[in-house]
Amino acid sequence: MQYKRKHQDSRSRQIVIAMLVVLVAVLFILRLFSLQVLNDTYKDSADSNAFLRKTIYPSRGLILDRDGRLVVSNQPVYDVMMVMREMVNFDTLSFCEVMNISKAGFDERIKEIKNRRKNPAYSRYTPQVFIPQISFEEYGLLQEKLFRFPGIFVQQRVARQYTLPCAALQIGSLGEVTQRQLQEDSYYKRGDHKGQSGIEKQYEEALRGQKGVEILLRDVHGRIKGKYNDGANDIAPIPGKNLQLGMDLELQAYGEQLMQGKMGSIVAIEPKTGEILAMVSAPSFDPALLVGRERSQNYAQLSSDETKPLFNRPVMAQYPPGSTFKLVQALIMQQEGIFTRNTLLPCKKGYYYTRTRKVGCHDHKSPIDLPTSIETSCNAYYCYGMHRMLDERLDKYGSVQGAYNVWRDYVFGMGFGDELGIDYPGEKGGVVYRSSTYDKIYGKRGWRSSTIISISIGQGELLATPLQIANLAAFIANKGYFYTPHLVRMVGNDSVDVQYRTPHKVTIKDAYFDVVIEGMYRAVKKGTARFGQIPGVEFCGKTGTAQNPHGDDHSIFMGFAPKDDPQIAIAVYVENSGFGATWAVPIASLMIEKYLHRTIDPSRKAIEQRMMEKSFY
Amino acid sequence: MRQRENVLRMIDWLTIGLYLLLVVFGWFTIYAASYDFDNSSWIDFSARHGKQLIWIAFALVLAVLVLLIDSKFYNNFAYVFYALMIGLLIVTIFVAPDVKGSHSWIRIGSFQIQPAEFAKYATLLCLAKFMSSYQFTIQNKRNLLLSLFIIFLPALIIIAQSETGSALVFFSLLLVLFREGMNGIVLVLGALAVLFFILVLRFNNLPDVGDTSELYGFICAFVVACLVAVLFVYLYTRDKICVRALLVSGGIIWLVGGIVHYFYPGILLTWVAYVQIGITMMMLLGWSFRVRRKAYFMVALFLVATIGLAMTADYAFNKVLAPHQQIRIKIVLGLEDDPQGAGYNVRQSQIAIGSGGVTGKGYLNGTQTKLNYVPEQDTDFIFCTIGEEHGFLGSSLFVIVYAFFMIRLIYIAERQRSAFSRIYGYGLVSIFLFHFFINLGMVTGITPVIGIPLPFISYGGSSLWGFTIMLFTFIRLDANRMEVLQHR
Repeated sequence: MQYKRKHQDSRSRQIVIAMLVVLVAVLFILRLFSLQVLNDTYKDSADSNAFLRKTIYPSRGLILDRDGRLVVSNQPVYDVMMVMREMVNFDTLSFCEVMNISKAGFDERIKEIKNRRKNPAYSRYTPQVFIPQISFEEYGLLQEKLFRFPGIFVQQRVARQYTLPCAALQIGSLGEVTQRQLQEDSYYKRGDHKGQSGIEKQYEEALRGQKGVEILLRDVHGRIKGKYNDGANDIAPIPGKNLQLGMDLELQAYGEQLMQGKMGSIVAIEPKTGEILAMVSAPSFDPALLVGRERSQNYAQLSSDETKPLFNRPVMAQYPPGSTFKLVQALIMQQEGIFTRNTLLPCKKGYYYTRTRKVGCHDHKSPIDLPTSIETSCNAYYCYGMHRMLDERLDKYGSVQGAYNVWRDYVFGMGFGDELGIDYPGEKGGVVYRSSTYDKIYGKRGWRSSTIISISIGQGELLATPLQIANLAAFIANKGYFYTPHLVRMVGNDSVDVQYRTPHKVTIKDAYFDVVIEGMYRAVKKGTARFGQIPGVEFCGKTGTAQNPHGDDHSIFMGFAPKDDPQIAIAVYVENSGFGATWAVPIASLMIEKYLHRTIDPSRKAIEQRMMEKSFY
Repeated sequence: MRQRENVLRMIDWLTIGLYLLLVVFGWFTIYAASYDFDNSSWIDFSARHGKQLIWIAFALVLAVLVLLIDSKFYNNFAYVFYALMIGLLIVTIFVAPDVKGSHSWIRIGSFQIQPAEFAKYATLLCLAKFMSSYQFTIQNKRNLLLSLFIIFLPALIIIAQSETGSALVFFSLLLVLFREGMNGIVLVLGALAVLFFILVLRFNNLPDVGDTSELYGFICAFVVACLVAVLFVYLYTRDKICVRALLVSGGIIWLVGGIVHYFYPGILLTWVAYVQIGITMMMLLGWSFRVRRKAYFMVALFLVATIGLAMTADYAFNKVLAPHQQIRIKIVLGLEDDPQGAGYNVRQSQIAIGSGGVTGKGYLNGTQTKLNYVPEQDTDFIFCTIGEEHGFLGSSLFVIVYAFFMIRLIYIAERQRSAFSRIYGYGLVSIFLFHFFINLGMVTGITPVIGIPLPFISYGGSSLWGFTIMLFTFIRLDANRMEVLQHR
């Protein structure tokens, strides 16, 4: 009996112990279930721990000019790297000698690298950049003696190289991504370079290609232990696309030469396509200044320069269009039936809009017809036109405002006002007031043509960029349409975006363009622009003067050539050079000659030299 | 000759099969854990997996030797072994070089050995011999105390070697005392003590609770203690009136206390808990005088002990434990989150196991363990590699196989006719269970990080040999189960 009870007791104790074992096993299976099945976060942590996703950078796309000449290419640069842990028995002095730095400079740099606040990724085991971007010569010197410096090696990278020292602003430059850019676009990682201005910025996505990834295994110290899965999961980089510009590199360089010592712009457009042949912003600088170790130093210097070399005048500077705007007026007035070719109007050295107040004009014969008004750049003629447009057509448009709005629509149709939409970051538009703005200033019944008379001759509340004026030249050359001006012609093997291949039209009869072109032709032949004649080229143009309240007026010329088959439309601005004819006309004519003939006629070498040597600052 | 044949026939081949399965699996796991992507030779005696191959070969030789020795030998020399081992442990303290603060390794030439691994064996033999001796009953206080002395003497010496982890293993032998008739209440009380200790540490001064004057640990511990007290009263006396009175009074105290606390937050809930445990205690004392039964008094005593434990737990934690032990316990309790510091091991091992997912990354494809993210990846943290490479399915299967191995040992222990063999067997199971529980527990983050290996799997000669000798001694004893030994 007692034995039986004892046996039962043993039996239950045995079961308790066995249950304990089962309980422990069940506990662990549940725990494993929660760790391995329910929870995903551990998997991600593991990946980022052990996989080093090494980025393979694609080669950046090249930039070619319209004839396929290389404008921008890639060059290897060399970063001196060091792995602190491997730098045992390091001969600091001879290393400093080879690198041409002082011992103090060396110590300073080491301290910088080791400072985890400035360099959060620092590890004794991983390569750190000691000196970025040494030249090929320095690299050669170091390479010979590299074996003497344990822990030092040279890493090759790619930087931009420029065929000619021109078009710096148009091409733009690369720079390290900023904190904000890092947040905006997850494609970039700290230390990446991207296009920060110009075409490099605008076409960044095409040029950069697509980064590849090589997955390496990394141990706890950050040392590489080999390729993951023999590279089967790696992603090959996609090289960037090449860009072909509409730019004629030779013409661009020539334009920059002509503009030496001057401030201003040249914009040359191929009218039939809207491609920009040259876009000069003067003063210009060598794009190589913004590559490499001296980038930030040079950048600071350029941005503090009083002549503002970093200000891309062709697309950012707003000037009153001056007399070039008379062409716009001539077209609108004809289409509106206010003028015909033979409308004769008097000019008594100006236009009197009250008995005593007038818009002045220079001395020329009177009365004159429309082409002559363009040839002589008569002010009075266009004041009459604006008066008739705004004040005498109330029956048709109901009010001054109504008439003004019709006029403004024409002006906008020719590319004024808003930005044109060039493929260049930071383009500025112009200014053409709304009628409501005038209402606000003068009251609804408080204004008429005499109030805003200066806009009839392109002064007053009108502003336009050089690009818009060049575009006007192209518009007239095309007799009624323009393509949005653009710098890039081909992206890889594709044509540029469709918006640059769609013409913008304004309904104005061809015959009216003929009248305006006749006036422009006569202006170059014997009128205000007669210094600009090119042997063997029929060339049409119009001078202008942008009033400058801060100093001498800006000289403007716009035109196109040849007259019957326009190949090039151009606008030239020379700041502070006074009357348009003296500087802007010869420069434009030399540009046109260079583009059409590829060479300058010997008879014009003297003019060329005078243009190049003249300096306005 | 006849006996030799008999032994071979009587050997439990299933257990030997499980042993070989675990050891071979362990070796492959060590190979995976120390796998070098550049140099992946299978046999390289300078690498860890190569050395382990030598240890395994040696272990197999030891296993055969153990099987060849007559089973009476173990019984006869148990006390001698024990005495020698105690001597060796004491010598080790003075002879052993300082390895990370612990003095537990003896160096013989280029060869290191950890006597603590073998002390378990000697203690096991000694305990089995003592408890199987004639007229031994655990109800005898002197016998019980002597048993405890046998268990804890080596543990104390090992603590002096600063190998606390190995010393804790000896606590598992209390399970043997339970099997041999010790009142189960002792183990339950022990478990409750650990529970209260954890509750107090975990919930007193919670880092994210602004009002630090409330001691939530005490509140939890006291409420749980009162409920356990009610359970005890019911189990031992079946006195429903008393149970009802205790529950109702406790409910009223908490209701009133809660309302008062709501309107006067100055009256802390901690005080309510004190009042409740105090009144429960008084009621039990009153009852014990009224009906004159000792059981009520004992339960009241249990509550007093709970208060004492709770009050000293904070003190003990802060003053008795070394700082690194405090931190380890805090990490397990979720009081400290320091993934790069002391919690690093636990965090990394959980990442490694968690990253295995359902099916695992495949053999040799684990990245966490091989790239040294998990420290001690082939010794104490070897299970990470299993978890990472074989996933939930593989590691669960491993847990099941290991549990089956232990259940098999229980089964074998129960079929012994000799008390010596049975007690030895249960001791063996207890030690395996403790290692298994603590090792997997620390790797998966449910027990503190106590550096003890996973038997047969972790890298290391001493541990492998120690467990091999212990296991094969049992197999040898089992092979003789038909011959009743002289005692009882």
